Amino acid sequence: MLEATGLECVRGHRRLFTGLHCKLESGDLLQIHGENGAGKTSLLRLLCGLSLPEAGEVRWNGAPLAGNRPDFHRAAAYLGHRTSLSGDLSALENLRTARALSGRGAEISCTEALRRMGLGDCLRLPCRALSAGQRQRAAIAGLLLRPGGVWLLDEPATALDQHAIRQLGDIIQAQAAGGGMVVFTSHRELAAGGAPVRQLHLADFQ
Amino acid sequence: MTAASTPAACAALLRRDLTIAWRRRGEILHPLLFFVIVSALFAFAAGPDPALLAVAAPAVIWVGALLATLLALPRVFADDHRDGVLEQLLLSPHPPTLLVLARTLTHWLLSGAPLVVVAPLLAEVLGLPREAWPALLAGLLMGTPALSLVGAVGAALTLAARGGGVLLALLMLPLSVPILIFGAGAVRAAVLGGDAGAPLLLLGAFLLLALALAPATIVAALRASLN
Repeated sequence: MLEATGLECVRGHRRLFTGLHCKLESGDLLQIHGENGAGKTSLLRLLCGLSLPEAGEVRWNGAPLAGNRPDFHRAAAYLGHRTSLSGDLSALENLRTARALSGRGAEISCTEALRRMGLGDCLRLPCRALSAGQRQRAAIAGLLLRPGGVWLLDEPATALDQHAIRQLGDIIQAQAAGGGMVVFTSHRELAAGGAPVRQLHLADFQ
Repeated sequence: MTAASTPAACAALLRRDLTIAWRRRGEILHPLLFFVIVSALFAFAAGPDPALLAVAAPAVIWVGALLATLLALPRVFADDHRDGVLEQLLLSPHPPTLLVLARTLTHWLLSGAPLVVVAPLLAEVLGLPREAWPALLAGLLMGTPALSLVGAVGAALTLAARGGGVLLALLMLPLSVPILIFGAGAVRAAVLGGDAGAPLLLLGAFLLLALALAPATIVAALRASLN
């Protein structure tokens, strides 16, 4: 269970949001809405512990994040604007390193995850040779290795084509069906059908 | 589901970093060539006096090693910061201190270790007496990892700063003074027939201190840079 209470985020001299509450339990999907610069990315970074809130706290299974990092990080996967792929390594090598760092053994292999995302033909190409959409697909393939727990996805549909966006929706739904949680930001409707997607508008917390 | 162990994660990170270095192998030789050229410049500037060169050799080699170490430092975390890999390192369930230690080890393997290997060559060129070689090599073997650790702290601190490269040098070079004093001091003592043991022990103590303090400092600095 991921729970945020009274979160306040200040960037520079601007207060982005304050008194923000949200709570996710097994199988919950949450979409964060806000204008450009409203603090969607900042909220995701607070939720995954990359940055610290001005006020309030984030709790994982009832314990504050700060004292519970290894447990939380074993269960959480963060996909940011930057895809965490090194351009000099192939998608396969990148995924293998990510899996070793994630501290989780996955049921499916890295090759299988990349094949599912339609990258079977470019497993061994250096990532800098891939298009932006292909890199995003590779990053999403990384999520397939970490089912369950909580996924924090920052604009996961960036640069994806229609087919891949539908696939991403299915993957998010499958994560919820498997008892996992997903928090994501997007300007479009993702993951329609299946489990309901709760909506959080940052404008409500200003 | 089996959890991958921490040593395996560190090994995977090390293997990844070395693979990337090998893909860019043109750059592997840069610190080494820089080291040789800086040392040769000293020799050219000092003139063809063997006695003078032999006396200056410890200082020349140690300052050269210091500057060569500095050369690759801005890259220790910068590429991963750009790609977003650094965030994943901090979000790993494994102790981040061990992961940054693995990263620092890569820096040493690529910039410090080659210097230790070519140091005898430079010592020969500069006419450093053979009896001082053990002190030189032992000093470099302990001093260059300490330089990598101190440098990685600087690299982490200056990650988010503009003009970070110059700031990194200004930050790291003063902190490296003890390493320089004990390292070059040990060689000088060996040349003069004195006791090189004491400065070498102090250098070893400095390395242990850096090993104990640097990783946690690096992690704190990285968290602050990414906040």
